[in-house]
Amino acid sequence: MDAKEIIARRVAQEFKDGDAVNLGIGLPTMVPNFVEEGVELQLQSENGFMGIGPEPDEAHVDMDLVNAGGIPVTVVPGAAFFDSAASFGIIRGGHLDATVLGALQVDEEGNLANWMIPGKLVPGMGGAMDLVGGAKRVIVAMTHTAKGSPKILKKCTLPLTAAKKVSRIVTEMGVMDVTPQGLLLIEYNPEYTVEQIQAATEAKLTVSSQLKKMF
Amino acid sequence: MDKQISIEEAVAQVKDGMTVMIGGFLACGSPHRIIDALVQKGVKDLTIIANDTGFIDKGIGKLVVNGQVKKVVATHIGTNKETGRLMNEGKMEVVLVPQGTLAEQIRAAGAGLGGVLTPIGIGTPVAEGKDQLVIDGKTYLLEKPVKADIALIAGTKVDVKGNVFYREATQNFNPLMATAADLVIVEAGEVVEAGGIDPHLVMTPGLFVDYIVKA
Repeated sequence: MDAKEIIARRVAQEFKDGDAVNLGIGLPTMVPNFVEEGVELQLQSENGFMGIGPEPDEAHVDMDLVNAGGIPVTVVPGAAFFDSAASFGIIRGGHLDATVLGALQVDEEGNLANWMIPGKLVPGMGGAMDLVGGAKRVIVAMTHTAKGSPKILKKCTLPLTAAKKVSRIVTEMGVMDVTPQGLLLIEYNPEYTVEQIQAATEAKLTVSSQLKKMF
Repeated sequence: MDKQISIEEAVAQVKDGMTVMIGGFLACGSPHRIIDALVQKGVKDLTIIANDTGFIDKGIGKLVVNGQVKKVVATHIGTNKETGRLMNEGKMEVVLVPQGTLAEQIRAAGAGLGGVLTPIGIGTPVAEGKDQLVIDGKTYLLEKPVKADIALIAGTKVDVKGNVFYREATQNFNPLMATAADLVIVEAGEVVEAGGIDPHLVMTPGLFVDYIVKA
């Protein structure tokens, strides 16, 4: 299992049947492949609908129906379309149970940076600031480091997407909760030791007394 | 009253230096025929307000690539490298706005409101230079209304009175922009007689629409 699949499989365990969830572009979109049977998610697409279905086969591609990454999708029975104000009312108004998205940096206070690298990469925040600011739970799903360089920091150095909003961080090495006392390691991938996980993390990890294996 | 005009009459309304809202989300639900005609006409120094700048060869991006845009107000520019290049070279001003904020700023302008108070952007570069208000203990940014000289939108089915029905994910910013410009032109996938759209299904009431162009 590669790192991305480990992360997606673990994030898929976060949800209960009927949860309304927005998944960011990339790794988070793999999550629905791994939710257990009996758990049906209501997936939101911030460009204006609830009820994202699977990608269509070539014969059924409809360019009026794309996800927030511009990729053709389908909708499930019971889906609903709306405009961008309603869509972000859902997001900002706290009507989503969770959002799952990647990060360039996240820190021990739950700050998140994922929308720009000054002077290098300025794609814009799109809906990310609203999603992180508005969803009931913000789950960061990302590889633990960027080619060995820590992404889980004491303090984010890049411009923030939102301050103090991250609830949980899931990486291929473990699962960490953001608490008022800092980051709490609650699960670990048994392929790594706790010492190795700490060594790959700039922020200090407190090990939960109930620490358990990810799988 | 029949609001239909020719494509030539439509682009004649757009003049150098104007502020123009263009509907669509990554070219889904954009008025493609009008954009192409604007590229051909070569109208310049435009300020474009839109969710994104599309792609270099599709949607709003064509106007950027053709050097017709002085300033962009958008939420995401990452799918059009030319926007980033022109921004970095100082040849085009880009203002990045959280997606939900842009939607509400446009809605506010159309609804006669003096602005919106949003928690999104607090603690990020978005908050710089903006007034903040504390309401019931929570801090909000004051974001001002955003309006335009012209809104160019796209509708799936439009009756001759200007009532619009949008299919699937093509609504996005279109119904909002229809309320927030001095002049509104809708590019219609299909034009039908008055009564050709069930009034229950009208998403943009015809009173907002000045002109209709067949796609």
